[in-house]
Amino acid sequence: MPEITYREAVAQAMREALDQDPRVFLMGEDIGPYGGAFAVTKGFWEEYGKRRIKDSPLSESAIVGAGVGAAMAGLRPIVELMTINFSLLAMDQIVNHAAKMRYMSGGQLSVPLMVRTVTGAGASVAATHSQSFEGWFASVPGLHVVVPSSPEDVLGLFRSCREMEDPVMFVEHILLYSSRGDAPDSDLKIPLGQAAVKRAGTDVTIVSYSRMVQTSLAAAELLYKEGIDAEVVDLRTLRPLDSETVIGSVKKTHRAVVVEEATGFGGFAGEISSQIQEAAFDYLDNPVRRVASAETPMPYSMPLEQLAIPNANSIAAAVRDLVNE
Amino acid sequence: MAATQTKELNKAKLLEFYRLMRLIREFERECERQYTRGNIKGFLHVYTGEEAIAVGAISALTDKDYVVTHYRDHGHALARGLDTDGVMAELFGKATGVSKGKGGSMHLFDTSKNFMGGYAIVGGQLPIAAGLALASQFNDENRVALCFMGDGALNEGEFHETMNLAAVWNLPVIFFCENNLYGMGAPSSDTLAVHRQMYKLADAYGMDNYRVDGNDVVAVHQLMMDVVDNVRAGKGPAFIEARTYRIQGHSIADPANYRPDEEVEYWRSQDPIPRFKDWMTGQGLAKEEEFSSIDSAVDQEVVNAAEFADASPFPGPEELLQGVYQ
Repeated sequence: MPEITYREAVAQAMREALDQDPRVFLMGEDIGPYGGAFAVTKGFWEEYGKRRIKDSPLSESAIVGAGVGAAMAGLRPIVELMTINFSLLAMDQIVNHAAKMRYMSGGQLSVPLMVRTVTGAGASVAATHSQSFEGWFASVPGLHVVVPSSPEDVLGLFRSCREMEDPVMFVEHILLYSSRGDAPDSDLKIPLGQAAVKRAGTDVTIVSYSRMVQTSLAAAELLYKEGIDAEVVDLRTLRPLDSETVIGSVKKTHRAVVVEEATGFGGFAGEISSQIQEAAFDYLDNPVRRVASAETPMPYSMPLEQLAIPNANSIAAAVRDLVNE
Repeated sequence: MAATQTKELNKAKLLEFYRLMRLIREFERECERQYTRGNIKGFLHVYTGEEAIAVGAISALTDKDYVVTHYRDHGHALARGLDTDGVMAELFGKATGVSKGKGGSMHLFDTSKNFMGGYAIVGGQLPIAAGLALASQFNDENRVALCFMGDGALNEGEFHETMNLAAVWNLPVIFFCENNLYGMGAPSSDTLAVHRQMYKLADAYGMDNYRVDGNDVVAVHQLMMDVVDNVRAGKGPAFIEARTYRIQGHSIADPANYRPDEEVEYWRSQDPIPRFKDWMTGQGLAKEEEFSSIDSAVDQEVVNAAEFADASPFPGPEELLQGVYQ
């Protein structure tokens, strides 16, 4: 099977959307001649023209809101927010408007808007550019939150997102763009709300999403050498959430560690942990563990930054601890 | 009002202006009555005193144009022809409401009239209106989006972002500022640097801008007819400031004690409905009987709406989780 990068997968998914659906257009900051802050839309402007590739002012609220309005009128806008940190500047449009339009209009309006954005830490860009807010968005009824960890998932999930009649936050990871993976079949579609067991195991379930899936898989390899066989579940979408796969895995392994890159306090791993204990308490040999980033603004200095973010060793240590409890 | 303006407006249209302004006025009175009876809950922001703007402006649009507005939206909804029963039922929180009882007073919607909503976050409707205009431009549909806002919205960041975006992309959108002199309880003289000439803000975006007497329905309408033509012709977005006055407080909970009596008295003398009626009778365009017959019809329509709303069922529990997603 040929390999592609995560970046190429996003670009391919958007080309498919532009080629197959005349209602699709892209809107974002520096997505035109510049080619996108992460070079995802390189060449798009030249190929599709400025009617469909709208290079926008630095106005996050206006471009997301314009996406909401255009979607209400029947178009399929894909708005790029350069990073998820900047989504805070568009929070009113995402949370107060996009997410609520269908319900508040008594079902008259749909907002088939995709907001693509970039999450994650580890790029030495300090506290304001290293956050992981996807869990916040997952707490909002009316939104879909998609968090792919591989090129295959990017393509498979993106194709399903295009069929959604409600807003989608499509959250890519800053450190995954150059990662490689199998290029899936052109007809692969992964439904939202379907987690994947990325590594089968028997002793413990590691639940994660986005880049932390790759980190958890690396941790599982370390643990395997020590005789601990971990199962790794990739949530792939936070909302809708495939609780069933998580619970099924935990009932089999009897232990769970939930890994997220966001700071853990009040975070999404807490939601998963709570669901596990509600649905599988009697199956658990140990309390559910969470592994998350340090409770601090992300430091710039690399050694400190590395210390703040979960890595294969720290995940393995948490699992080891749990299993040996 | 100059007599020449009326040449373009026939009597039927003028009487329809009167009917709609009276309908809004009576509707709002009924809302206040129903609020005190506990049939309407939550926030209630009435449009009393500002009727000439919604009626004069919306009547300059075609059916395919979009209307987007703020939370003080009953007047715009009725001027756009939303069903009076459905709007009242929405305020009662009933299943027969225009938004199925899920939106309430501040969130009226009727897509069949291209009435794309009342928005309750100040300034939040601006980017959405730009997006509707963008869709019209993208599809070459020649539709115009009319976006109402209060003067308070001019201080929101979304105002700047949207004005600029609309200007650089030449979007067919009209930003209509209803300057009623107060953002909730704060006078705009204390909160907006250019409060005397709000329309001039649009100069910063190279956008056509206008000022009009917001209590003169004919002036509003005629200005809008020209502006709509320009915007539809692709000449870019426009900004209109209409000065008016909120005869009541910000909401039903607000006695508006912060306003000087003389100011309120002055604006009562500028009430757009008697002004328009006096002008029409003075010009010999209509007789008292014609107005009183409209008055009775409108009063009955509002009584019927309240009865309809009262008799309608609340949404059933099965509706709670319906419509979050498709």
